[in-house]
Amino acid sequence: MKSAEVQFEKITPKTFPKGPDSLASGHRACQGCGEVLALRLLMKALGRDFMAVSATGCMEVCTSPFPQSAWEMPWLHVAFENAAAVAGGVDAGNVILRRKGKLPDKRIPVVAIGGDGATADIGIQALSGALERYHENFIYICLDNEAYMNTGIQRSSQTPFGASTTTSPAGSHSKGQSTWKKNMPAIAVAHNIPYVATGSPAFHLDLMNKIRRAAAIPGPAYLHIYAPCPTGWRMKAELSVESSRLAVNSRIFPLYEVIDGQYILNKKVDQPIPLVEYLKPQGRFRHLMSEDIAKIEERVNHEYEYIVKLSESFVEPLF
Amino acid sequence: MSSINSTKPVGIEVSLAIAEAVKLAEVEVVAAYPITPQTHIVEHLSDLVANGELNAEYVPVESEHSALSACIGSSAAGARTFTSTSSQGLMLMAEIVFIAPMLRMPIVMAVANRAISGPLNIWNDHSDVMSIRDCGWIQIFAETGQEATDLSIIAFRIAEDKNVMMPLILNLDGFTLSHFIEPIIFPEADKVKKFLPPYETSHKLDLNNPLSFGLLGGPEVYTEARRDTDLALLNSRSHVQRIFDEFAGAFGRQYRLVETYKTEGAETIIVTIGSISETAMSAVDEMRAVGEKVGLIHIRLWRPFPVVEFRAAVAGAKNLAVVDRHISMGFPEGPVGTEVRALMYHEKERPRISNYVLGLGGRDVTRNHFKYIVEQVKSLGADKRQGGYEMVGVLE
Ligand SMILES: Cc1ncc(C[n+]2csc(CCOP(=O)(O)OP(=O)(O)O)c2C)c(N)n1
Ligand code: SF4
Ligand SMILES: [Mg+2]
Repeated sequence: MKSAEVQFEKITPKTFPKGPDSLASGHRACQGCGEVLALRLLMKALGRDFMAVSATGCMEVCTSPFPQSAWEMPWLHVAFENAAAVAGGVDAGNVILRRKGKLPDKRIPVVAIGGDGATADIGIQALSGALERYHENFIYICLDNEAYMNTGIQRSSQTPFGASTTTSPAGSHSKGQSTWKKNMPAIAVAHNIPYVATGSPAFHLDLMNKIRRAAAIPGPAYLHIYAPCPTGWRMKAELSVESSRLAVNSRIFPLYEVIDGQYILNKKVDQPIPLVEYLKPQGRFRHLMSEDIAKIEERVNHEYEYIVKLSESFVEPLF
Repeated sequence: MSSINSTKPVGIEVSLAIAEAVKLAEVEVVAAYPITPQTHIVEHLSDLVANGELNAEYVPVESEHSALSACIGSSAAGARTFTSTSSQGLMLMAEIVFIAPMLRMPIVMAVANRAISGPLNIWNDHSDVMSIRDCGWIQIFAETGQEATDLSIIAFRIAEDKNVMMPLILNLDGFTLSHFIEPIIFPEADKVKKFLPPYETSHKLDLNNPLSFGLLGGPEVYTEARRDTDLALLNSRSHVQRIFDEFAGAFGRQYRLVETYKTEGAETIIVTIGSISETAMSAVDEMRAVGEKVGLIHIRLWRPFPVVEFRAAVAGAKNLAVVDRHISMGFPEGPVGTEVRALMYHEKERPRISNYVLGLGGRDVTRNHFKYIVEQVKSLGADKRQGGYEMVGVLE
């Protein structure tokens, strides 16, 4: 079956999952943490019928100080760069136990969760391997707060151009991060997996349904989720959701899906809000001059148009 | 290969025999990355899976780091799990090697011992496994092909024992053991089924009983977490011997934590680990034939160290000549030498301890080397505390 035709129970405002989600309260995430917000939406979408594997990073540290754990489904953390490999192993274990009749004959989604550093930098090899090996029930979630927050806001390959971090500081000889964000979804797409998507906690139904679709489609899925970090971005905690919305509406973080290679733009932004409105509340961009912002805006529009073009070209699925 | 089910010896390469034994153990997940001299083990396993002779998932990972990571995942899912590596592969996975024991995942890993770079060298010594000495795995050294085969089955029984639940490394010398064709008696499949029942555990990821594995351990619990792992490892010692004995009962081949050879009345005891023990035995035979009071001890269980058994085995000896296949850079002794010295320090009747490093990076170890070592020990001065240390056979 074509992945686009795989059916799943869609979440609507009316069927929004009620009650506490399966990430217990009392975790130590900062106020306004976008990562934990995205994580809770994931929990609402999947309930408890999945297994989670975390990479080292903010979400792992703040949810699991022994003897407490916020995870109400089976959960495993091993190290920083290997969540994809560990999750692939969990899936292999589930697959053989199911084949031998030791587990019920039902797919168990295995969800690997990593920050942008765990995903795009140190863990990209393990991720690439897992995607290429085509684990049947494998979902990889990148929570992208655009830096290594757990270790103190160091730059990553997902840090946007111009952002000041502790290892790409702005200074008299530096505009902050000097490189452009590496395109992780495109890298995932290049593995010819059935499902890749971007998501944002400000668009919660869109995000939850993408997670449900990822779980429903057999084969590996990659979700790249925008996750504001008020602490690392030097931004007011209450602006987390707002900045997630601005990111989409300014085109800097477009929402799209790639199903069997076909790009689908989920939210067309014909009249983008000026990028400066997105950048301004964030202390990490404070040093940027109007010409810097113009340069970034040009690039953002170019990258957005590229996604639009991809979504307008029809791709006949390979399988 | 499926016809192997007889009590008669079959001539087979040791690597393939290990893979056949792992098949007899009905392993469920194999995740591995190829590296010489481990390759034949995992190639044969992937063959067995491809031919439908082994109902398992073979996960062809992209690195050793991911190999052990995937093994932790599959073991946590409750599947019987095997991997194998050597040298650089073990170095690459080292980060994860130290995590598996704390998670109490009963993974079995065969390490075909090989020198570590640099310079690049694919041949045998023990520098790979000695570099991760303190990792918390049960570590056993196989001496012969028969042992390597039997131990490949015994390993799962030990690792998965409810009183143990620890990962286990089975060391075998790269090439000099892994690539030799030896006559091997395969344990019968039906008897193996009895000796090693399917892996059942509640220590796993389970939707009906959700557990969290790998929590953050701050200063208030880290010490205890490490102590508990260490206790679990130390505690496994008696179970290893118990399971060796059970194996002997079922299959008639008895293994011990420390093996002795002609140690009665021996003034000098050579201490070895791994397959050079066989060469050492021949050397001992030849020396005994000309009246030398020499014996041999082969340490089979390296971790947890069989302290009591070792001390009992060397009792009465005047000299210990400890052989190392690894240099501890910056310290005037190899790791086995240092450990033996530390173990014997408080003994009332303490033998003089000498240490000889040899056979690095595949350089041959011959009977003459052991004769040379014994000569060196005999020529030491009168001071009983003053043992020798030498890297044997260094070319200038
Ligand atoms: C091999 C290794 N290198 C470095 C670290 C230190 N470290 C832990 S978490 C982390 C950064 C995490 O960043 P990211 O993946 O983006 O997650 P975040 O904390 O931002 O959610 C680093 C560098 C480590 N634990 N292991
Ligand atoms: S530092 Fe950022 S990512 Fe980490 S918990 Fe705080 S807000 Fe969340
Ligand atoms: Mg991050």
